[in-house]
Order: sequence, then C-alpha cells, then structure tokens
Amino acid sequence: MLIANGIEDEDKWLAEGIAGIQHSAFYLHRALDSNNLREALKYSAQLLSELRTSRLSPHKYYELYMRAFDELRRLEMFFKDENRHGCPVVDLYELVQHAGNILPRLYLLCTVGSIYIKSKETPAKDVLKDLVEMCRGVQHPIRGLFLRSYLAQISRDKLPDIASDYEGEGDTFMDAVEFVLQNFAEMNKLWVRMQHQGSLREKEKLDKERNELRDLVGKNLHVLSQIEGVDLDIYRDTVLPKVLEQVVNCKDELAQYYLMDCIIQVFPDEYHLQTLETLLGAFPQLQSAVDIKTVLSRLMERLSNYAASSPEVLPDFLQVEAFTKLSNAIGKVIEAQVDMPIVGAITLYVSLLTFTLHVHPDRLDYVDQVLGACVKKLSGKAKLQDSRATKQVVALLSTPLEKYNNIVTALTLSNYPRVMDHLDAATNKVMAIVIIQSIMKNNTCVSTSDKVEVLFELIKGLIKDMDGTSTDELDEEDFKEEQNSVARLMHMLYNDDPEEMLNIMNTVWKYIMAGGSKRLPFTVPPLVFSALKLVRRLHGQDGDVAGEEVPATPKKIFQLLNQIIEALSVVPAPELALRLYLQCAEAANDCDLEPVTYEFFTQAFVLYEEEVADSKAQVTAIHLIIGTLQRMNVFGVENRDTLTHKATGYSAKLLKKPDQCRAVYACSHLFWVDDQDGIKDGERVLLCLKRSLRIANAAQQMVNVTRGSSGPVTLFVEILNKYLYFFEKGSPQITTAAIQGLIELIKTEMQSDSSTSNPASDAFFASTLRYIQFQKQKGGAMGEKYDPIKL
Amino acid sequence: MVLVLALGDLHIPHRAADLPPKFKSMLVPGKIQHVICTGNLCVKEVHDYLKTVCPDLHIALGEYDEETRYPETKTLTIGQFKLGVGHGHQVIPWGDLDSLAMLQRQLDVDILVTGHTHQFTAYKHEAGVVINPGSATGSYSSINYDVNPSFVLMDIDGLRVVVYVYELIDGEVKVDKIDFKKTTASST
Repeated sequence: MLIANGIEDEDKWLAEGIAGIQHSAFYLHRALDSNNLREALKYSAQLLSELRTSRLSPHKYYELYMRAFDELRRLEMFFKDENRHGCPVVDLYELVQHAGNILPRLYLLCTVGSIYIKSKETPAKDVLKDLVEMCRGVQHPIRGLFLRSYLAQISRDKLPDIASDYEGEGDTFMDAVEFVLQNFAEMNKLWVRMQHQGSLREKEKLDKERNELRDLVGKNLHVLSQIEGVDLDIYRDTVLPKVLEQVVNCKDELAQYYLMDCIIQVFPDEYHLQTLETLLGAFPQLQSAVDIKTVLSRLMERLSNYAASSPEVLPDFLQVEAFTKLSNAIGKVIEAQVDMPIVGAITLYVSLLTFTLHVHPDRLDYVDQVLGACVKKLSGKAKLQDSRATKQVVALLSTPLEKYNNIVTALTLSNYPRVMDHLDAATNKVMAIVIIQSIMKNNTCVSTSDKVEVLFELIKGLIKDMDGTSTDELDEEDFKEEQNSVARLMHMLYNDDPEEMLNIMNTVWKYIMAGGSKRLPFTVPPLVFSALKLVRRLHGQDGDVAGEEVPATPKKIFQLLNQIIEALSVVPAPELALRLYLQCAEAANDCDLEPVTYEFFTQAFVLYEEEVADSKAQVTAIHLIIGTLQRMNVFGVENRDTLTHKATGYSAKLLKKPDQCRAVYACSHLFWVDDQDGIKDGERVLLCLKRSLRIANAAQQMVNVTRGSSGPVTLFVEILNKYLYFFEKGSPQITTAAIQGLIELIKTEMQSDSSTSNPASDAFFASTLRYIQFQKQKGGAMGEKYDPIKL
Repeated sequence: MVLVLALGDLHIPHRAADLPPKFKSMLVPGKIQHVICTGNLCVKEVHDYLKTVCPDLHIALGEYDEETRYPETKTLTIGQFKLGVGHGHQVIPWGDLDSLAMLQRQLDVDILVTGHTHQFTAYKHEAGVVINPGSATGSYSSINYDVNPSFVLMDIDGLRVVVYVYELIDGEVKVDKIDFKKTTASST
C-alpha cells in the first residue's frame, strides 16, 4: 500500500515539476521573443529551480531534466547572439552568477560557459576548469550527477583535442583529459555517496536507482576513449592509473564492478594487452563482494576475439606473457575468494581455456596447465553435484575437442582424464558421448594401441559399470544408443600395420570383456569383424617369411576370435554366437585352415544342439549352417561327410514338416558345387530330393487328416523346381521321367476334390510350367534336354 | 515416373559406422517414392533414417537385424510392375541365379530384389529381373572380397524400368544404368 502510494506521489510530483517548468517556460519564451535579458534570466532561473527537488527517483528526475534541457537550448541560442541582448559573453558569464540558488546558477553558468568557449576569447581549459570546480557546490547525488552530466554533454564538442578548433596556445588535449578525469572522479564520488542515503531496508531499491544512473558516470570513460590525443602511452601513464585509483579507492562494490567492466568494454583491446599487468593488479584490491570472475571472463573473451580477428597481433600476446599473467591473476582471485562457489572457479577456467585456444592453439602445455589448475581445484572434494558446475566442466572438456577437431591431440593432454575423474557417473557418460561424436564427426582415426588405451580410459563410463551404478537403472533405449555409439567408434580404430592392429584389438578386447553381459552383444560383433578384416588382409599379403615368428598370423587371430565369441555365452547370446562362428569358419576356409574351420563348425553345431530352442530361430540357423557349409572347399572327405550328415540330420528333425522339407532340399546343394573341382554327387542330391518329397507327402496327409482338405501344393512345386535345377546342371540321376511324374502329381493334387484353391501355389506352378516351356523353346542343347517333358 | 530406392546390408554398427557421406548427401528426402530394403540394417536408428528419406519403406528380415518382426519376404505392386524383396540368406546356394529365379517364380514377381552377397548384380532371365543392390556401406562380407558401397535406384515408367546403380569406387560415385522392358502388362 505504502509503495503504491509512493509511486503515485512521485507521479504527482513529476507532473507538478513539469507544470512548473512549462509555466516558467511560457514567460521565458516571451522574454526571449522581446530580447529581454533580465526577464530571460529571471524566468530561466525560476524554471531551473524545479530541478532542485529531492523527491524524485532518478528515472523521473531524468524526465524533468530533459524538459529543462530543451529550454536551455533555446536560451543558449539567445545568449549566443549578442545582438539580441547586447551583453558581451564575458559579462554574461559574470551576470548569471547572481542567480539566487546554486543549482540554477550553475546550469546557467555552464550554458554561458559553452558559448564562452566557442567565442575563443579565452582558452577553453580555463573555462572548463572553472566549471568543473564550481559544480562542487552541488553535493546532492542525483542533482549533482545530472548537473555534471549536463556539463559533460555541452562540453563534449568543445574539448581541446588534437586538430580540434580549440587546440591552441596552452590548450592541449591533456587539458581535455584532465577535465574529463576530474568530472569523472567527482561524479563517481556523488554516485557512491548515494548508497549511504537510504536505510538498510531500502537497499534493493537504492541499488536499482544507482544502476539507473551508472551510464552517466560511465560516459566519461567513453569520452576519454574518444579523445584523439589519448594514445597508448597517455592511456598507460595517465588515464588508466587515475581511473583505477578512483575505482579502487571508492571502495564501493557496485561502482567497482560497473567501472572495471566499463574500462574493459570502452578502451581498445590493444591497450588492454599492453597494460595487462596494471589492469590485473587492480583486481585483488577490489571489494570482496565484487563479481570479479565475470569481469575477468569478459576481459578474456574480448582478448580472445581480438586474437581471432587480428592474427597479426599474436606475437604481442606472447611478448607481454598474457597467458601467464592471466593465469596468475585467476589463481590469485580464486585463492582470495574462499567462498567462491565451484561453478565460479570452473567458469573462469573455461574462459581462460577459450582464450588459450584462440591465442596459443599450438601451446598444448598451456592447455594442459589450465586443465591441471582445474584438477587442483576439484581435488579433495567429493564428485561434483552442482549441475551448473558440471555443465561448465563439460564445456571445459569439449572446447579443446571442438578446436582441434582431432581427438588424438586431446589424448595427449595429461590432465584431461584427471578432470573427467571428478565428474559423476552420468556426466562422465555425457562427456564420453561428446568425445565419440567428435571422433565420428571428424572421421578421426585412432591408430595405436596406446592411444586406444587412453581413449578407452576416457570413455570407461560407457564401457563398464562405474562404482555405484548399474546398467539396470538405465533406460533401455538410452543404453542401446550408448552401446551402439561404442560399436561405431570401434570402426575408427585402425592401423595399416597388422601387428599394431592386433595390439589395438587386444587392447579393445581387454576393455570390453569387462563390460558385463548386457554390453557384450553390442561390442563383440564390431570387434569380431575388425578381426576378420585383418585376417583377410594378412591372407592377401605375400606368404610368410619361412621360419620367422610373426606375431600377427591368421591362426593367432582365430584363437583370439574364439575367445571373444565364447564370452557371449555369459549373456547368453547363442544365435549371435552361432552366426559369428560361421563367419569365422568361412574366413578360416579361405585361409586353408581345415582344423580351425572344422572347430568353428563344431562350435556352431554345439550351440544349435544345446542352446537354440526356438523353432523359428532353428530354421534360420540351420539354413545359415547349410549355406555356409555349401561354400566350404577346405574339407577332406571325412570331415565333410560328418558335417553334411549332421546338417541333413538336423534339417529332418525341425519341428514343422514344411520347414523340414525345405531344409532337406536345401541340403541337396551340399552335394553339388558348381566349381571346377566342386563335389558333384548326383546320387546324394537325389536322395535329398526324394527325402524332401516324402516329407512333403507326409505333410499333405497330415493336413488331410487334421483339416479335412489337402494343403497347398507349394512344397511340391518347390521340389519340382529343384529337380529342374539339377536336371539343368546335368545330374544324370535326375530323369525326365521323374520330372514328368512330379508334374502329374502336382496336377492331380490341384484338381482333386478336396483341394482348396490357393492362388499363390497356382501362380507358382503356372510360372514353373511357363519356364519349362521357355526352356523347351530355346532350342539347342537346352531345348533338346527338355524335349521329353510334356506339358 | 516413379523412383524406387533399393539398398541393404548396411550392417550398422556391427560392420560399418555409417553410410558414406557422398551417399547421404544424395539421398534427399522427398525425391523418392518408395524404398525397398533387403535387410541387415541392423539397428533402429538406421530404420528411422530410411524413414526420413521416404515414408513408404519396405524391409525384409536379415539374419542380423535387431527388429525381428520384419517379414522374410514381401511383395508389392508399383505401377505395372510386381516387386518382391527378401534378404537372400534363405536362398541356397547364396547368390545363385537359378535358385533366385525359383524364388522369383514362387513370389510371382517381375522384379526380385535380394541381398546378402554384398555384390551388385542385375540379371534378366525368363521370369524377369533379379537385382542385388549390394551393401550400401561397403561392409565386410564373407562371400565377396571386393566390396564397394553401392545402392540402386529404379525408375519405373509404364512398362519400362531403368535400373541405375550407384557405386562408390575410390572415393568417387560412379553411375551405371540398365534398361528393362516388360513384354506384357501384368494381369490383375
């Protein structure tokens, strides 16, 4: 209620003030129109008296001030034209000092002073000095600040700068500098004094008001930066020391924070670089409550951008030892501010790291140093809990990755893994994913087992359960994504040299084998295929040097592969393992290693027998076994017989009859390989086909019995097609009579009363007959072959 | 003019990290009307990616696919053509044209698309065309030693289909094309 009243009252007072100004302005204008100097002075003083109020907040006072300002411009034009009022400016300067109250008196004096300087009847510096001193008469903070702001505004274009109109005998830019510095110092004092005005309860309101006025003070620094005469030397020797003196001595945290930041933003980066020591030296002298880290961060940001946009100044950075100075300054600040929360310290390090990467990207020792300082700060404390702090640490670790685009560089930073150790498990994983993404995006190849070791240490959060966590807690989708990332990563680990590649694979295996049963199904396959690729490479090379003990041979790799695939039994993942064993068998076959190949087939069969229970999975598995076995050429007769016998046996034992039928006729291909030296055992082919036919018959009968109708003739048509296949290959055991018989059988089945028409099998049979017709019409040897078959 | 993308055997992430960037930049969403995939993606992320290339996606089950509910074979009609897709590990001997022809007759399709061998082939025979788009990532195959990343784009126009094969050889994308014409319109 009170506050609302307060605001209402302020609005009322402002309105009153404005009305007062308007009232006086009416008479002032009349006076100006009739060139009446006396009246003009009288009414302008009256007008300016409205600014004597202490009731308004800065925001409202500004509104009042602006009205007065407009009127003073009119007045100034009047003063300037001596013809209108007949009073020489020297006398005018004297005359206005007769005004009754000090505030109007000084506004008028400044206004006349402006004209006085313009007239050049006296050196600018004399007038300026006079004005800046006289303004001391107003010690009320708000009134004084606006008055001095007025002085600054009107003197702006009349400062004796190099090549300005006002430079002359005894009038140099140093005088301008002196003037502005003095005005600045006085304004700062007034501004700081505001904080003692209110009670403690009103502190928040007071701070807000103070912030509204800060640009009035800061403007002076801006003016200083614009003075042409102020070069690096003047800045370093005069301007900066004087400004810093003000800042430090005022002992006010609001002012110190704003002004330090102002200095940094307003003056050129080149100056900051050259005065770095002085500037940084001020920080420890500031009040402890000042948010130094933000100011420091902004300084480093500016310097980083400076380096980035002007590469030619990079040697200067080295020359002034910018990195060392900044690093020391940060260290001192962190040490001094014991209560600084950890996020503050890390943010500082992130800024310093960004700076280092921009300015000294080749100095990996600097980068490592920054990380090391961070490790020191994090040591001795529990793992980070504060989410903002962890975000900053992730930023700290991600920045070098983005800069170097090459994980290998980051891997050489000894402190990098140490920083990661201080992250909690979840953030560790986040960082690990960032690292993997960086590698994938940049297509980086990690080429030695040492580097792989360092890398896997960094991403260990993904590879195994860290203390205190377990994979059960994780969302399944997230877990899959994580592990697939690791799988993808493995394709980036590569070396042309087989020995080193084997070392890499051993290192990878060492890490992933500790991953636990949930991770192995994701991580084992890529490793297996890496190994198979290596086998192929070795096999493709010229033969081994006789007698030399080479560490990397296909045999050794197959031994490793055996170990790796075996580990899947703990998951358990028998179907995957079976597929991988078959892949290895094929590779071993290509290397002419019969015992190794046989061993892999054995493992596959054992898994089939003991672990693959699901009937659908069995069908797929047996087809994979048959398909692989069909391609094997390394086996002697005995081994081959054993394996084919097993395959056909299991085929016939599948649960569903149609599956049995199909698997058995697939086995027929085991006995016929189209190669030059391939087996071509027509007898056993026929045995298979006949067996599958019997099974098809049995299947038909079963359907008859259980459903009262005959099933689709599809199986028979499939078998017919197989007959045609071997017939064309020239197997003598496949006769045209047999084919003819099969065709008739199918036709009979299809036409029988109990048959249900099945469009798919009808179409299949039709296209088969069409094919036969096509072959017959081919003419030549094929046509002759097919001739006996009648459709 | 209907564009049909045929690809498969990516084996991500078991045998390859990702599609070649040059392929990815060619497979722009919205240009292709149908996608036929021979299987062995192997993970959901690849499925989702293919879906963004074209929502009409048909996938056959490969022996390493994570999603086991894909069908073993699938048939669909596009314009005047009947197409069939299967992974191909079920057809023994692997890659054998005559055995694949049998599958084609069984599915009663004009164009049969299968994979497994990671080797691009396109054969015309009595029943129609048998196409193998190869491996889109050029991943390891026990059957084929010399694998280049490849995929196929079919342009179906009336009774004619032009089969474009894109192969990545030594870092460059090479294109080849084969024309096929149907003799009669398919019966309804």
